[in-house]
Amino acid sequence: MSKARSSPIRSSLIHLALISYTLIALFPVFLTLVNSLKSRNAIFRDPMALPTPKTFSLIGYETVLSQGDFLGYFQNSMIVTVVSIALVLLFGAMAAFALSEYRFRGNMMMGLYLALGIMIPIRLGTVAILQGMVATGLVNTLTALVLVYTAQGLPLAIFILSEFMRTVSDDLKSAGRIDGLSEYAIFFRLVLPLVRPAMATVAVFTMIPIWNDLWFPLILAPGEETKTITLGAQMFIGQYVTNWNAVLSALSLAILPVLVLYVIFSRQLIRGITSGAVK
Amino acid sequence: MGSLQLTSIRKAFGTHEVLKGIDLDVKDGEFVIFVGPSGCGKSTLLRVIAGLEDATSGSVRIDGAEVINTPPAKRGIAMVFQSYALYPHLTVKDNMGLGLKQAGEEKSVIEARVAKASGMLSLDPYLARRPAELSGGQRQRVAIGRAIVREPKLFLFDEPLSNLDAALRVQTRLEIAALHRRLKATMIYVTHDQVEAMTLADKIVVLNAGAIEQIGSPMELYNRPANLFVAGFIGSPQMNFIEAGRIGEPGAKTVGIRPEHIALSRDGGTWQGRVEHVEHLGADTIVYIETEKTGLLTVRLFGEHPYAPDDLVFATPDMASLHRFDDDGRVIAGR
Repeated sequence: MSKARSSPIRSSLIHLALISYTLIALFPVFLTLVNSLKSRNAIFRDPMALPTPKTFSLIGYETVLSQGDFLGYFQNSMIVTVVSIALVLLFGAMAAFALSEYRFRGNMMMGLYLALGIMIPIRLGTVAILQGMVATGLVNTLTALVLVYTAQGLPLAIFILSEFMRTVSDDLKSAGRIDGLSEYAIFFRLVLPLVRPAMATVAVFTMIPIWNDLWFPLILAPGEETKTITLGAQMFIGQYVTNWNAVLSALSLAILPVLVLYVIFSRQLIRGITSGAVK
Repeated sequence: MGSLQLTSIRKAFGTHEVLKGIDLDVKDGEFVIFVGPSGCGKSTLLRVIAGLEDATSGSVRIDGAEVINTPPAKRGIAMVFQSYALYPHLTVKDNMGLGLKQAGEEKSVIEARVAKASGMLSLDPYLARRPAELSGGQRQRVAIGRAIVREPKLFLFDEPLSNLDAALRVQTRLEIAALHRRLKATMIYVTHDQVEAMTLADKIVVLNAGAIEQIGSPMELYNRPANLFVAGFIGSPQMNFIEAGRIGEPGAKTVGIRPEHIALSRDGGTWQGRVEHVEHLGADTIVYIETEKTGLLTVRLFGEHPYAPDDLVFATPDMASLHRFDDDGRVIAGR
């Protein structure tokens, strides 16, 4: 180990920086959770205080669960997020494999074209998307959201995955071809397991904006049947009166599923079965 | 069961021509080695034979049958790669059996063939392990086992020893030689290491810049190199090249003499010079001398010799072992 690395001052400074970043990052979450457990008056009187027996109240959660179909909103968000991630990963990985594995005319241009979406926000096309959805009769369906989010997630997925797939040993794919594996088998059985950490990264990057999105649900699927959780929480925010208990409780609840998904994917990030496969 | 004919194989990537018309005949049971500097096209040629790379033009025949449009799995070949290329998620046993399983072979047949190959390579204790749990040498044995199990017409080796350390390389080289004697199979082997080429091959194909420079047995290449490139490539230390004019050899442009064909003496000889550097290797002593006539000469002496830098010495070439080359670098026949 190098001397610089083991120096106590240096390592404590690093830890100080990391701890302060953690605190800053967690503070809004902490504030949301704490205040969701307090009565309305207590929230306004002292927003920083922890709930005491006197100020403790579950009124927010009661409101959320009694008003509107919150379980339904959860379900909608879950369906949209999971299906979109699955489609992004599948099609993203397939496109990335084609771009990194096969030499064909226009390969480079195709790669640039597919990555263009990273630079141009999909929201610029909202009007056209809405027109398209109206024309195809997909307004107020979850399908509309899944399609838009898949399109939104693909550019980054293709970009990251094709870089990773280039690092998969050529010899391994050649060995597969000699052993008679089809191109699909090579893709699904040899390459995908080796880029699993990259897939998990892409899944996390794709998942969070989808889960948190307010824009497209509001425009494409504002109906009661198709509301997502972020849109559902908005009904407690009024122009003149906002039910903070309910808003904070709804948001606290909304953190949970995304946390669970993150834990699932991050386990994949750590797993490294590739070591020792080649060289 | 395993002859190979290549006829005017050409391969271009874009406008860059990597193989410039390769013709080659490999007889059944031969051990043929492609050797050449990196970038000479030897690996590409092997991949064309395997079907992993499409030739731009030309024909590949295995056992007389044209295979240029046959996918790799149906060509009756097996390949061993430099990076082993084992399937990381499969056990040693499944790694070796996958090819047969894909070909729809019966389970009992697969079992029997895997058992036979693993016995041959002493892999029995490792059959249930995954590649990550094996050492480099064991992994390469598994890769060789995977090739044996397929019972191919042609074995293709793509620099199989390059990732192994020196001791293991020698040991694995012996195993491959023994394997060739035992299986009597046709093997095609690519390497940039001329020692591997000399020790293993029945027939060496020297490639340079996408073309064949010379084909011959190791001793043919050593004793009768066809041109300057082969003369310089085969043999270590490298052959000495001297401008013919400086030492008065008429009719030739360049004269070549191998370091082991020069005698050294302190008392008298053809060329007088001064010792620049000495390498004592125990079995050999390599002496670098600077002479007025020839420039820097490498001399290889067998055994130990107490020469030191700045000693005055005389070098005498064995005239019978002189190689003479014309203006184009081709050898001039007859001495």
